[in-house]
Amino acid sequence: MNQTNTVEEIVSQPYKYGFVTDIETEKIPKGLNKEVIRLISNKKKEPEFLLNFRLRAYDQWLKMEEPDWSGLSYTKIDYQDLVYYAAPKKDIKKQSLDEVDPKLLDTFEKLGIPLSEQKRLTNVAVDAVFDSVSIATTYKEKLAEHGVIFCSISEAVSKYPELIEKYLGTVVPINDNFFAALNSAVFSDGSFVFIPKNVNCPMELSSYFRINSGDTGQFERTLIIAEEFSSVSYLEGCTAPMFDTNTLHAAVVELVALDQAAIKYSTVQNWYAGNEKGVGGIYNFVTKRGECRGRRSKISWSQVETGSAITWKYPSCILQGDESIGEFYSIALTNNLQKADTGTKMIHIGKNTKSKIVSKGISAGKSKNSYRGLVSISPNAVGSRNYSQCDSMLIGDEAAANTYPYIQSKQPQSNIEHEASTCRISEDQLFYLQSRGIDFEEAVSMIISGFCSDVFNELPMEFASEADKLLALKLEGSVG
Amino acid sequence: MNLSNSEILLSIEDLHASVEDKKILYGVNLIVREGEIHAIMGPNGSGKSTLSKIIAGHPSYKVISGSIKFKGINILELEPEKRARIGIFLGFQYPVEIPGVSNLEFLRVSTNSRRNELGKSELDTFEFEELVTESLKIVEMDPAFLERSVNEGFSGGEKKRNEILQMALLDPLVAILDETDSGLDIDALRVVASGITKLSNPNSATILITHYQRLLNEVTPDFVHIMANGKIIKTGNKELAMDIEKSGYELINKRTKKKEVAK
Repeated sequence: MNQTNTVEEIVSQPYKYGFVTDIETEKIPKGLNKEVIRLISNKKKEPEFLLNFRLRAYDQWLKMEEPDWSGLSYTKIDYQDLVYYAAPKKDIKKQSLDEVDPKLLDTFEKLGIPLSEQKRLTNVAVDAVFDSVSIATTYKEKLAEHGVIFCSISEAVSKYPELIEKYLGTVVPINDNFFAALNSAVFSDGSFVFIPKNVNCPMELSSYFRINSGDTGQFERTLIIAEEFSSVSYLEGCTAPMFDTNTLHAAVVELVALDQAAIKYSTVQNWYAGNEKGVGGIYNFVTKRGECRGRRSKISWSQVETGSAITWKYPSCILQGDESIGEFYSIALTNNLQKADTGTKMIHIGKNTKSKIVSKGISAGKSKNSYRGLVSISPNAVGSRNYSQCDSMLIGDEAAANTYPYIQSKQPQSNIEHEASTCRISEDQLFYLQSRGIDFEEAVSMIISGFCSDVFNELPMEFASEADKLLALKLEGSVG
Repeated sequence: MNLSNSEILLSIEDLHASVEDKKILYGVNLIVREGEIHAIMGPNGSGKSTLSKIIAGHPSYKVISGSIKFKGINILELEPEKRARIGIFLGFQYPVEIPGVSNLEFLRVSTNSRRNELGKSELDTFEFEELVTESLKIVEMDPAFLERSVNEGFSGGEKKRNEILQMALLDPLVAILDETDSGLDIDALRVVASGITKLSNPNSATILITHYQRLLNEVTPDFVHIMANGKIIKTGNKELAMDIEKSGYELINKRTKKKEVAK
């Protein structure tokens, strides 16, 4: 028995969410120009400030070059060959679930996200986004009792325009980078969360993003605001059907934490990764950033990245407020020809700010898995500390793992620690578990879960087991 | 002691084996019956550890010829996990650390795999905790070890106790303990030895692989085998072990060779 091959077989397993929902969608013609942007804005009945926001972003985007510094190679995207708006044809937002097309409800049920009253998760409120449109948000009323706003960003634009105008684009400016500028110009929908002062959000909030169309670019926009002394835990999940073509997903997520507020943002990303020859799959080019604006505020990112042909994202924290805390916990599993270039930026600006980075990369097949991170300490950030730990696990001989830690410290009274390691699943570990009656497949899965346990411990309870299952699913397969 | 009427648990016949194309075993023969305690002694590189890993099914070792039967069944084709489930246990000389994997959960999954094979019901976390609390007493281990990752940061003695704990939970028919005594201070040695004694019973057998007499002062073997150059060159009782302690392996080896020449 060749053990390496067998481990690889276990890691490769078919994608279970690759089905397409047959539903009538309204799409605008392909291509991007100011008319298209006006059309999108008009369809969504947006106020003028937002149209101007989009148009300014578009102007910036035209001046920008598609970046290539990551060393990720992919077929060039023809931005005029994409559809920038697609929505299920029947009216977008429903008053109640009974009015939502049953096919959509079935789709989410198949994905393990039941939305109906009887079946839905008891302590998690869900915003379900299908292609570019939010189709339902559960527990809205219950959350409203606490003053918590959880809805699609489109709804927020019409109901709370002042909040949108105040915060949108303040963490990720429209000209931040090529993909963020594009998103700012054409974003369709996404989730909006507002936690008022002194409120600890009574439930987990979750958005589930489902891509259904093949030729439609996906540009979600998420904005989470936690006012003074408030807290929230939010999770996003993502899946997509199997297409031979590559679909672009360029989302922007902005988090704002005011004095002593805490935001925990978790992602379980399982977009379609393409087949074993590298055909198809999602290009996941995402900008995620949180700003700890207030004193003693805290933003914690945790992510389990198993999908997408290419993942290119760095959920970051700007530690503006004194004594604020930023955290980043990541698991990235790549296989076949997948590429992941992910990490974080911790920008220490306030005094006595702290950040912690724990990254676990697992690469199998011919995949490439890179951690890329920046820890920057400004002259003002006296007494700041960072701890980073980046571990990679390689499966087979053809996978690659890289670590690119960048450290810029302009403050001598700060403390930065960085640890990195690379390992393989050792034959001795496998044999040890097997010699205790544990079968090969389970032994591999146990070792990988163990490798990731520091990060699993950071995921919200409800999702830790789900994430573990997702990894196990990815690892499931026939043992030769 | 005459145990020759009891059932044969393990029989090894003319076993030749190699690792990475290097031949290590040159015709090992061994019969182990119910209720017996065997000791295999021998200098470094004589093939003792190789023999134990081959019995347990380590994939790096290749059997060239010969057979290993467990209760009359050829086990050479069985995966290591299957061998463990039917009652073969290997206590490792150097138990590996498995970071992040909870010792408690590992012990539970492992115990259940053996129970399944025996047709017993699987134990849930609570039931298992009761069982393991009892077993911990055998090796005088602190329950805090259950909360840690498998062997991670354990001292040498703690790792060995954890091995005997696994032996207690898996309740094997043949337990092979590979240099379980090495690196133990005298107190830890006593604990481990008394654990082995408590766990031995008339239906099972134990094979102790060791360099030294000192474990055998605590656990009395029925048979002592001397291994050299990939073969068992001499078999005797506990006096043989004492003899070695006095004269060393070289002498035994020479004497044996002389005898062979004389024949």
